[in-house]
Amino acid sequence: MDALYLRAGISMVEILERLGHKVICPNEIACCGQPPFNSGYWDEARTIATPVLEKLANAEAIVIGSGSCGAMVKKFYPDLFKGTRYAELAKQVAAKTWEFSDFLVNKLGVTDLGAKFPHKVTFHDGCHGLRELGIHKQPRALLANVQGLQLFEMTEVSCCGFGGTFSAKFPMISTAMGEVKCTAAAETGAEYIVSSDSSCLMHIQGLLSRQGKPTKTISLAEVLNTQ
Amino acid sequence: MSSNVSDFKTRATEKAGDLRHRSVIRTALRSYEIVRDKRKAAFQSWESARQAAAETKWEAVNHLDKHLEALTAKLEARGTKVHWASTGAQAREIIAQILRDKKARSIIKSKAMTSEEIHLNDALEKEGFTVVESDLGEFIVQLRHEPPYHIVFPSMHLTRGEIKDLFLKELGDAPSDSPEELTMVARRVMRQKYITADVGFTGANFAIAETGMISITENEGNARITAALPKTMITLMGIEKVLPRFSDLALFLPMLATAGAGQPMTCYNTMYSGPRQPGEVDGPEEWHVVLLDNRRTELLADAEQRDALHCIRCGACLNVCPIFRNVGGHTYGTTYSGPVGAVITPHLRGLQEWKHLSNASSLCGACTEACPVKIDLHHHLLQNRRNASASQPSFFEKLAYQVFGIVANEPAFWSLAKKIGWLTQPLQRAIKGSALDPAKAWTKTRDLPPQPRESFKDWWSNRK
Repeated sequence: MDALYLRAGISMVEILERLGHKVICPNEIACCGQPPFNSGYWDEARTIATPVLEKLANAEAIVIGSGSCGAMVKKFYPDLFKGTRYAELAKQVAAKTWEFSDFLVNKLGVTDLGAKFPHKVTFHDGCHGLRELGIHKQPRALLANVQGLQLFEMTEVSCCGFGGTFSAKFPMISTAMGEVKCTAAAETGAEYIVSSDSSCLMHIQGLLSRQGKPTKTISLAEVLNTQ
Repeated sequence: MSSNVSDFKTRATEKAGDLRHRSVIRTALRSYEIVRDKRKAAFQSWESARQAAAETKWEAVNHLDKHLEALTAKLEARGTKVHWASTGAQAREIIAQILRDKKARSIIKSKAMTSEEIHLNDALEKEGFTVVESDLGEFIVQLRHEPPYHIVFPSMHLTRGEIKDLFLKELGDAPSDSPEELTMVARRVMRQKYITADVGFTGANFAIAETGMISITENEGNARITAALPKTMITLMGIEKVLPRFSDLALFLPMLATAGAGQPMTCYNTMYSGPRQPGEVDGPEEWHVVLLDNRRTELLADAEQRDALHCIRCGACLNVCPIFRNVGGHTYGTTYSGPVGAVITPHLRGLQEWKHLSNASSLCGACTEACPVKIDLHHHLLQNRRNASASQPSFFEKLAYQVFGIVANEPAFWSLAKKIGWLTQPLQRAIKGSALDPAKAWTKTRDLPPQPRESFKDWWSNRK
């Protein structure tokens, strides 16, 4: 999100500030440690995750603009730090961590941000958000209040095939999964695929661009930040 | 790279790009999903049913010793011979010895994944026995000399046209590609085999400790004939199949049918409690039950993944798995494919040799969501990855993550890495997907997103 999907990050900051919150983005945090964690290198994951925990310790609420990184902090940090001296802190940080759409809908009780996006869209549920964090209704509640937006659901709920290092270790499987996803999205007739997860969008857009398909991708935060 | 992983990658590459395969499997499994959801909705609460089933299996698995002893005592009380096999080789030898003792020549089998697991057919055929599969799907893949494609639907990868051609070639008879007519052809062949078979062989879906029964679930009636006609019956079951009480079947039979095939109940559910008793007119004169461990107790010893022994082999996790749907069952090279196969095969056959199956996953969690007995499948894949890396790390991968850790933890390095990324974009585009491209695994089929000059952190620090 820092290097490639900054528009999503900027939109989150602007929305939260418009709602009257003070936003802090610690410069020292670059990554949650999910890549080594998912690959099985938990020592290396802790090296990256420990300073993240320390930096986040005093926040009132931690809002993460990705179901995947959100699941890492909220669900997997307690596993990763189990039996270490950070175990308690990991649980405390997990308890106050929110995925962005979940934070808006279930913590702040906001579903209408006054956005306008007159397009046909379909929504891609990132798997970590969907199944680790139970994010399903929240983005839909937010999209329902975007003026001019028409949501067309895909008939098949499936992974986009990204899966972090999986996409490079098993590119043939990852690509096939992505193609199935793009086909399901195209069947809805949507102009845009919207998602809370930048990594899914990077994968889907990567395939769409390579194959010259007209469907576009955009992050949920950007849609919600339109005026 | 071990040959298991390179074979897996070769087969995966072939199947993942096979659009015909993709379409056949997607169509079949989409229909499955529709009927499954309809049947799930018929439960008062599918989620409560899953929870109850998981708790029953927990009880069964965590007191396995007690339940197996009770099962054995009850079975033996009615004249069944119970054999304990620690390994596949022992199970094969026990079964072969029964056949030798009975001077058997021909064996008719109903569907049993445990027999695939111990490669029973090969072993028996090498000794000169004739082995015939009586489940239609298994019969078809046996004619093709290939293992089952799927644990519940062994020949789902074949179209009826292909089955017609196969029957014409192997049986010399296939009037059309209509499923009914093809089934009649198979039935005529099989009826002869039933009559001449010396021994009937079955698997088991459940075993009931309380009453000493084996429960077999099927749709074709072939297991019933297999068990009824030959004078000797042999049943091979994994030790994890035991349930404590007869009443547990009231939940597990509809659950297996729903999760496995989207059926309210399978057509035939039979409970076997012993061989022919004095005064009875039918049934086998002798019944042997072979209890198979084959490293299941190693899984039992792993508290973190013990729940993988809950598995009722319904195949629900395969059906929803995007990896399975794209690479197909044969790509795995294992008896148990799909998510549950990726979880248990490293335990049954060696972690380092089979860890690639745990890596070949996007960890999407569709399997865990589908599992009727709530096995934490996708998290077990993560644990297998962790265990594999801890005991035998890849030098380069470990080094890469150590370097990544240094870069991620130091803002100046992170900033530099982003600048290098931005500056080298024209070069990346020029070599995209070629042999020179370090990111070619990605760029061969996918574009990289354009990297803006300004990063989020730049924007954040500039606005203050």
